[in-house]
Amino acid sequence: MSAVKVKRIASGWEKVLNVVLLIGIAALVIPFVKWAIIDAQFAGTERCTNSGACWVFIKLRLQSFMFGFYETAELWRPILVLLLWAVSIVSLFKVSYGRALRVLPFILLGMPLFSWGLLDGRWFGLSHVETTRWGGLMLSLMITLMGLSFAFPIGLLLALGRMSKLPLIKAGSIAFIELWRGVPLITVLFMSSVMLPLILPPGSEVDKLFRVLVGVALFTSAYLAEVIRAGLRGVPSGQAEAAMALGLSGPQRLFLVVLPQALRSVIPSLVNSFISLFKDTSLVIIVGMFDLLGMVQQANTDSYWLGYATEGYLFAGLVFWVICFALSRFSLKLEKAHA
Amino acid sequence: MQNELAISMTHIEKSYGDFKALKDVNLQVEKGTKLVVCGPSGSGKSTLIRCINGLELIDSGTIKVWDEELQAKKMQKIRSEMGMVFQSFNLFPHLTVLENLTLAPIWVAKVPEKEAKTRAEAMLERVRLQDHATKFPAQLSGGQQQRVAIARALCMNPKIMLFDEPTSALDPEMIKEVLDVMIELAESGMTMVCVTHEMGFARQAADRVVFMDGGEIIEEATPDAFFSQPKTDRAKLFLSQILHQA
Repeated sequence: MSAVKVKRIASGWEKVLNVVLLIGIAALVIPFVKWAIIDAQFAGTERCTNSGACWVFIKLRLQSFMFGFYETAELWRPILVLLLWAVSIVSLFKVSYGRALRVLPFILLGMPLFSWGLLDGRWFGLSHVETTRWGGLMLSLMITLMGLSFAFPIGLLLALGRMSKLPLIKAGSIAFIELWRGVPLITVLFMSSVMLPLILPPGSEVDKLFRVLVGVALFTSAYLAEVIRAGLRGVPSGQAEAAMALGLSGPQRLFLVVLPQALRSVIPSLVNSFISLFKDTSLVIIVGMFDLLGMVQQANTDSYWLGYATEGYLFAGLVFWVICFALSRFSLKLEKAHA
Repeated sequence: MQNELAISMTHIEKSYGDFKALKDVNLQVEKGTKLVVCGPSGSGKSTLIRCINGLELIDSGTIKVWDEELQAKKMQKIRSEMGMVFQSFNLFPHLTVLENLTLAPIWVAKVPEKEAKTRAEAMLERVRLQDHATKFPAQLSGGQQQRVAIARALCMNPKIMLFDEPTSALDPEMIKEVLDVMIELAESGMTMVCVTHEMGFARQAADRVVFMDGGEIIEEATPDAFFSQPKTDRAKLFLSQILHQA
């Protein structure tokens, strides 16, 4: 490399500005590092006596932050479920498109059922863990993953419905999408947990988490529908025509030719929807469920551990950030791989 | 069976709103015939060829392929036995060259994957692109893409090939490589309908030339007769413009 480097000579004002900014950053970062690391206490099981952060609080509460009130002896169940999700999602991107297409329906239908069954326990002859005991990060992930599994096919149908030439189907899809998009998620959650039982016939008890899941799925499907529709519109009509000329059937044209191109072009928007759904799951606290943030808030009210809310919120924020950041890096990688 | 009819179109009418794209078009293509359709832009020649495999639906008239009338129910089967090559190639950009070729055989003709691959490789060799099997369409030149598109159509073992201005979107230096493949195909006895302005191809490979203008078939003749003694003024004008260009 023999590039000529031109050294810019900063003017007087710029130098001053640089110094001021550096001092400002240092004034923020140094006390934080001092508090979070240097003066922090990591070991022990009691309240801290130091001047810095007390990570002992997080350490002792870690299990409840991750799994809520799930029974300690049965923790292998949520761990197994989350591992299986990870494996099936990663393998979806490792195999060829044709094979991924064949296994996708089984994942979208099978994984939510299996997860529910194993966590609940009764279908597999295991001890019953009520959904009210599910919580922490596990609950956020379960709501996100199960919600997406249901929302994706519904969203695809809605997108196709909105592009349909049949007026009734088109109007129905538009009405559905606009209804759900016009309502905040918090309203949907509130309706599903408080209002729905009033409408349902008495005695018919539907699990609260299940009602929340249905609400989340329908809410998300409306957003996904618009993202998928944008992708579908971006595929040139010549693609469907070429597929038609080769004798491919309607569903084959959609799933083998048009949809893969459509989804590829909207990867950033899709991941965006996933990320916002994952973060929005914290709202389940208003219907009495405790996700990661909810568990942190609960721990903050423990009278023995009063005063460590900062550590708790910081930890929750960090976990959310790491997961969302990983997702957005993953989407960047996907985009590059298919550019 | 020299006169077995591959395609027969009778009294075809087709309009887009007020615009009449096809007016009482009658056309017969016998098995093994190489037919060239030409005419000024907007003359209805692309509409005509797109009607043959049902990409455009006709308003009235009948189209028969191998004596079977085109109907929505049978469309998929008829299309799978008829190859089509487009002006803009329309290769599937998310699939490799080889996957482009094996897609329809595997999913439509239900050929086992291995066999479909072998056949695809043979077709790639036929269009002299055997070294490009694992590339994506975007990595190929226009001429190469169009040859892949021809190979893709041939992988379904079609009995008829339709070409809709296959060289119009190509840079001049790439036209020949595509025409060479088409001429080879013509020599192998394939029934072909080509919408094209390549008069060299028409002279060399066509049995018959159809000249269209304003949605009607104006002239139908052998290439020699059409080029040396066009009967109508419109055909004369068109030819002078085409030749002037070349």
